Parts: sequence; C-alpha cells; structure tokens
Amino acid sequence: MTELRKARIATASLAGCFGCHMAILDIDERLIELMKLVEVDRSPLTDIKQFTRRCDIGIIEGGCCNEENVHVLRDFRRNCDVLIAIGQCAIMGGLPAMRNAIMHSDAPLRECLEEAYITGRYIRNTTHQVPNDPALPLLLDEVYPCSEVVEIDYNIPGCAPSGDIIYETLAGLLAGKFSGFEREQIRFD
Amino acid sequence: MCSAGVELTGCRNRRDPTMDAATDRELRREDAERIAAICADVGDDPHRMMDILRAVQDDLRWISPPVMQLIADRAGLSRIAVEGVVSFYAFLSQVPKGRITIRLCDDIIDRFAGMPAVAAAFEAALGIKVGETSADGAVSLEYTPCIGLCDQAPAAMVNDIVLTQLTPDRVAEVAAALRGGQRPEDLISHEFDDLSPHDRATRQVKNNIRHAGASLLCPVPDGAGLQRALDMTPGRIIEEIEASGLRGCGGAGFATGRKWRFAAAAEAERRVIICNADEGEPGTFKDRVLLTERPHLLIEGMTIAARAVGATDGILYLRGEYVYLRELIEEVLQDRRDRGLLGQGIGGAEFDFDIRLQLGAGAYICGEEGALISSCEGLPGEPKTRPPFPVTQGYLGLPTVVNNVETFCHAARILDKGAQWFFDMGHEGSHGTKLFSVSGDCLNPGIYELPYGLSVRDLLAMAGGEDAAAVAVGGASGTMIARDQFDRTLSFDDLSTAGAVVIFNGSRNILEIVEYYMSFFVHESCGYCTPCRVGNVFLQKAIGKFRDGLANPEDIDYLKDLSGTIIETSRCGLGTTSPNPILTTLENFPLIYAATVKPSKDRIRASFDIQSAIDSARHLAKRRSTIFDEDFSK
Repeated sequence: MTELRKARIATASLAGCFGCHMAILDIDERLIELMKLVEVDRSPLTDIKQFTRRCDIGIIEGGCCNEENVHVLRDFRRNCDVLIAIGQCAIMGGLPAMRNAIMHSDAPLRECLEEAYITGRYIRNTTHQVPNDPALPLLLDEVYPCSEVVEIDYNIPGCAPSGDIIYETLAGLLAGKFSGFEREQIRFD
Repeated sequence: MCSAGVELTGCRNRRDPTMDAATDRELRREDAERIAAICADVGDDPHRMMDILRAVQDDLRWISPPVMQLIADRAGLSRIAVEGVVSFYAFLSQVPKGRITIRLCDDIIDRFAGMPAVAAAFEAALGIKVGETSADGAVSLEYTPCIGLCDQAPAAMVNDIVLTQLTPDRVAEVAAALRGGQRPEDLISHEFDDLSPHDRATRQVKNNIRHAGASLLCPVPDGAGLQRALDMTPGRIIEEIEASGLRGCGGAGFATGRKWRFAAAAEAERRVIICNADEGEPGTFKDRVLLTERPHLLIEGMTIAARAVGATDGILYLRGEYVYLRELIEEVLQDRRDRGLLGQGIGGAEFDFDIRLQLGAGAYICGEEGALISSCEGLPGEPKTRPPFPVTQGYLGLPTVVNNVETFCHAARILDKGAQWFFDMGHEGSHGTKLFSVSGDCLNPGIYELPYGLSVRDLLAMAGGEDAAAVAVGGASGTMIARDQFDRTLSFDDLSTAGAVVIFNGSRNILEIVEYYMSFFVHESCGYCTPCRVGNVFLQKAIGKFRDGLANPEDIDYLKDLSGTIIETSRCGLGTTSPNPILTTLENFPLIYAATVKPSKDRIRASFDIQSAIDSARHLAKRRSTIFDEDFSK
C-alpha cells in the first residue's frame, strides 16, 4: 500500500514584479492548512533553483521578456503536470508588454533600450551605455504572454490576484473539485 | 484606409526624406489660391469635404499640414477634423504622391491571375518598389484592395484610368509610354478626348455580360417606369414595390417597399435618397456594369423612390475606384436635367428632385449604410450607432433611403412592368432576378442575370467552372462552400449574396484564400470598435499559424471562440461578417484544418520561435545566447 503523498508545487517569477508571489503569502493563516497538503519544490519561496522531482502544480508569475524566461517556462512545462499562469503579466504580458507598443520603429528594441537608459528625460546614467554584461540574458523582441510559449492549463486573473482566489483555486485543484471561477471572484470594479 | 486597425499590422506610407522638407514650407500663394477656389466651388461647405480633399489630392498630389489648415479655416473646422478625414481614406495622402499614381489591384483573384509578375514588371520598369514614389515625384506605385475588375484581372488604376488584363509585356509598354510623357488617358486611346464618356468607359473596361435576364440587362425602354410613377400617388408606388417582393440587392436583403414606407412616414421637412454604388466586396462588380450600361434606369429608379417618399435631395455615392465612370454619370445627370427629368417640376408635376454625384476615396467600409452617410457628410467613413436608423435620421439627420444600384434599377422596371411580373420570377421569399458577378477559375467570368433560386451547380455550368473545388458565394464576407454543397440555391433563405460568386479550382490553397480575406478585413476595419480592429488581426495571425503548420488542435476552438466574440460585439456589418471566411471553411472544409494541426511536443508551442525572438537582441548586444545558441562554447 502506497502512502498518500503530498502534492508538490513549484513557482517562478518571470517578467513580473513579485507582487503575485506576495499575493500567494496573502493566503495568510490558511497557509498552515495548505502546507499540510503540499510541499514546495523549486521556488523563490524555498530558494530551490532546480526541480528536484517532477511536480504536480507549477505556478508562473510574469510573462516572457527575455530568453531566460522562456527557458524557465519551458522547464516548468516539462516538469509540471498542471501549469497555472497567475496575474495579468503571465496571462497577457501586463505592464512589461507596454514596450510592445513601440511598433512603427525599424528597431523597436533599440529604441526601447535607448529611451530607458540613454535618452529618457528622467534618466541619470553616467555611463551613457545600455547595460550589456555577458551574464544578462538576451531580451526578446517583444514581451510574450506565457500561453504563447507553452500550453497553460489555468489562468488566475488579477493584478495581483487576491489571496482568497489563489487559495480557493489551489484548494479546489488539490481536492479535484476546481471548476472555474465565480463571476464575483474575478470582477475588479 | 490607414486606421488604427491597420497601424497594428504596420501599414505605413514610406516617407521620402527629400520631400519631407516640403512639410514645413509655407504654402505657395498659387497653391493657396487654387485650394481656396476648390473650397469656394462647394461653398466652403464642410459636408462637401470629400469633394474638396479629392480635388486637392488630384491637384497637389498630397494634402500637407498647411493645406489642411487652410481647408479647415475655409470650412470652419479644426485642422484635426480635416486630418481625421484625410487619414481615413486610402486615396488621400499625407505624404507627397507621384504625379501619376499606379494602384495595383491586390485581390486574391488578381494574385491568382498573375499580379505578382505584373507588380514585379512595374517595379523593374519604374525602378521603385510597391509602396514607393520615384525620387523625381513622377510616379507612385502601390497596392489597393479589389477594384471591382475580377472578371478581367489582373487590373490596375493609373490615376483615374483603369487598365485590365495586364501582362508583364503590357506593363513594359505602359511604363515606356508614361516615361515618354504620355498621359494615362493616352494608354487607352490616342483619341481619348474625342470619345463619348460611354466609349471611354467601355474602352477601358469590358462589360462581360454573359447572360441578360428579364429585368435589367435585356433591352429596357427609357423612362417607362418613371412615366407610370408620375401618374401614381406616392402611396400607390410604395404599394407596388411592396407587392413585387423586391428586397435590397446590396447584401442585407431588407424589403425595399418597407424601407420606403418608413422613410415616407418619418416626420421631416426634407428627405434624402442615396444610391449606394460603393461596391467594394471582393469579387463583386455587377454595379459597375449597371452604371455603365443602365445609368438612366438607375437614375429613374432613384427618381421614383424620391417621388414615393417625398425626397428632394439625391446622392449617388460612387466608390473612388470607379472614378473612370464619373464623366459618364455626370453626363447622364445633365442630360436628364436638360430633359426635365431631374430638377424643378419633374414631368411637369410639382415634384422637385436632383442628384449630386459623391465620389468615395478608397474605403470598403463606406459600403456600410451608416459609414456611407458619414462619408457623404464629409466625415471619416465610420458607421453610425443604430438606432436611429437612416430611414428616420440619416444624412444630416434627415430621413434617408439608402439602396443599392441594382435595387433602384429593379424598382424602375417594376413600375414599368408591374409588381406581379416581378413577383412571378424567382421563388417564395426571393422574387425577381439577380445579377451575379462570376469570377475566378472559370471559362466565362462576367455578369449573369438570373432568377433567384438557381443552384450553384447550374451557375458553374453556365460559367464553365465545373471543375470548381470551392466557391465563395458573397465574396470575402460571404460563405465558402465545397463540392458537396453545389446543389444549394442562390436565394435569400439559402445562400444569400450581394452577387459575388468567386470560383476556385482544386489547385488553390483554401487557407491562402482565407488568410487573404482576413488581411483584407484587417486593412478595411475602420478602427472604431475594438473587437473588429483587434480581433481580426488575431484571426489573421491564427490562420497564419495554420498555414505554417504550427497550429495545435485547440487553435480550432480558438478560431471559433474569437470569431463568435467578434460577431457578437462588433459595431457594424464589417465585424459581424468578417469571421465568415474562417467559420464557413471550418464548417465546409474541416479536413483542411484537421490535416494541418498537430499537438505540440511536451506541450511547448512550436509557433513560438525563440531564434527570431532573440535575433534583434543578439545584434544589439553583439553576443550570442548562452542558452539557445548551441555552439556557444565552441
């Protein structure tokens, strides 16, 4: 007879602000109940950098703005049974995707970096250079929502989503009862 | 039209830096005087903005900021209001265009008929690429959507002249003649100026009437319908039209008599009759033939409608692509005024009605009733919110009847021959005859006038298109059917159409056709509402994935979902029909989609191409990827 094992969860923050990870902590004291059901594998919360084993649920915050984001996202897809995009950046690209609006330039990425580091009115950059350390991952031409790079199983909307909706979604998935959101949960006005 | 919808996909006129200096220059005095004269010609009326801007574009070859300011001052508008109109229409330009502007028809039929080779020949002969203007300002070369000549493709406009059935050899001759200083008119005939307007039109464009039916293309007596209408009360005319079962021939099929009755019943001092001759649906060219061969019948029909609803003002809205018919129509209008059939006291009765010709400037959306009215009012061609419907509040807020060219022609015939005669043709719910514009892969492309209720198969047999594999009934926004449905009938309750029947044989790529149609809608969306402006771009991208073999099975659901959203939430008919090429091919050619999708490996999307996504950063950073360039360590 096999022992009932805890579900394994992994999380990552790609092109996001870590606000969604903060929102995960907004689960508050229910974290104690949740931790009876799950163990956290690869995640900034545990500081585990690589998957130690295959996981049941992967939670992705942020979209893809650079090559490392793509690499991490694909790694999550290969190593997680269920992949959840959490928050607007992961679902739609969010604020970082504002740079996608530079669309009539011959070199939109160059224009974006120059404005951010050199020509912008409020920039104080004494080097007058765009950072280019070899350790920096290459940027993508645009910011992509996660669903354009891999298949995403569930989206939890919000910026950031509330602790309640995160808890209820996870609890529902773990109990095998998740069947989408109530309208009240995903209205923000 | 360069609208927001287009901007998403990056359509922009190339700017010639040598000409940019002109932007800042003061307006030359002689130019200013000519512009002032153009404005004065229409009484500085802001509602005649289309006429002003078209004339200025023809004269100066572009509409610069100081020119817009001058026009705005004359018409009592702000410069930005004028710019809103200029930027909307494809034939109006904010960058200098060549003295000769060559517009190549980019319809799918033209492409299949050899337009790529024709375009290459133009590029080689003129030394410029499509989208560019030559450095000396002599010639511009550009693409334009369907110009209504699918039965004689590939076709092009050279200023106001139309060239058909182009070949690379003919292009070389044309380019040499233009370079040799000949006018575009000389390409048609060296005695062009001596020809009658009708001869000028038919020298440029063949009618290709393949089958003349009982109503419109058979010999038609002059003025018989109007004569009878003048003896009838307005109410009696409407009853006659209602009894005939005539329905609008522009696509929507609204009962013509009812429309007239609504307009007649609306409380107003003035009422307006508008003829929609903005035939822009790819594959449709029936109105072109009626305007060429039955212009008197059309004006007669409009005059009868005016008598029926009590209208004094008429507008004939002619699409900008049919500018070569302008003189012909103007001549007909003047002839009828001279004969007392237009103007004050028509037929000696107390009945005043006159018509002005309004030219469009290259915008498909203006075929939509509300957008057409906006355009007549001198505004960007954006649809209006409904209700109120035009029959109660249309042009300038007046009750307005907008009918298609063919509808007015039928109305005139019904008054002549009687409602019963018309009602007896066709079948239940679809009475009378219909003009079909047949083009594509068939032996005899052209116009067929036939009673409603004919099967697609019968029409294919008549046109010599028996080996068809697919037929787009109704053009881009219509229904694409496969062989197993060729027994369906052309009528309002089965395959409803404004008349386009586009035939594709088995060698054509259905997905290429669908992708073309979607790119057409992306280009022609007016940009007002988001579902249409953005949604069509997403649909086009998604179809691109199918063509590239990168689509997943769930992308089929995505196409259906997104199409449903666009149809449900768009503001006008463009958005509510633009997903049709996708939806009808999904339904009627399911195997094509099924064969091109495959599940993604490891659930990682093949459609995301990391190499192209990091390429610009690779060049900017001048280094390779440590993750995705495999030979990094070597």
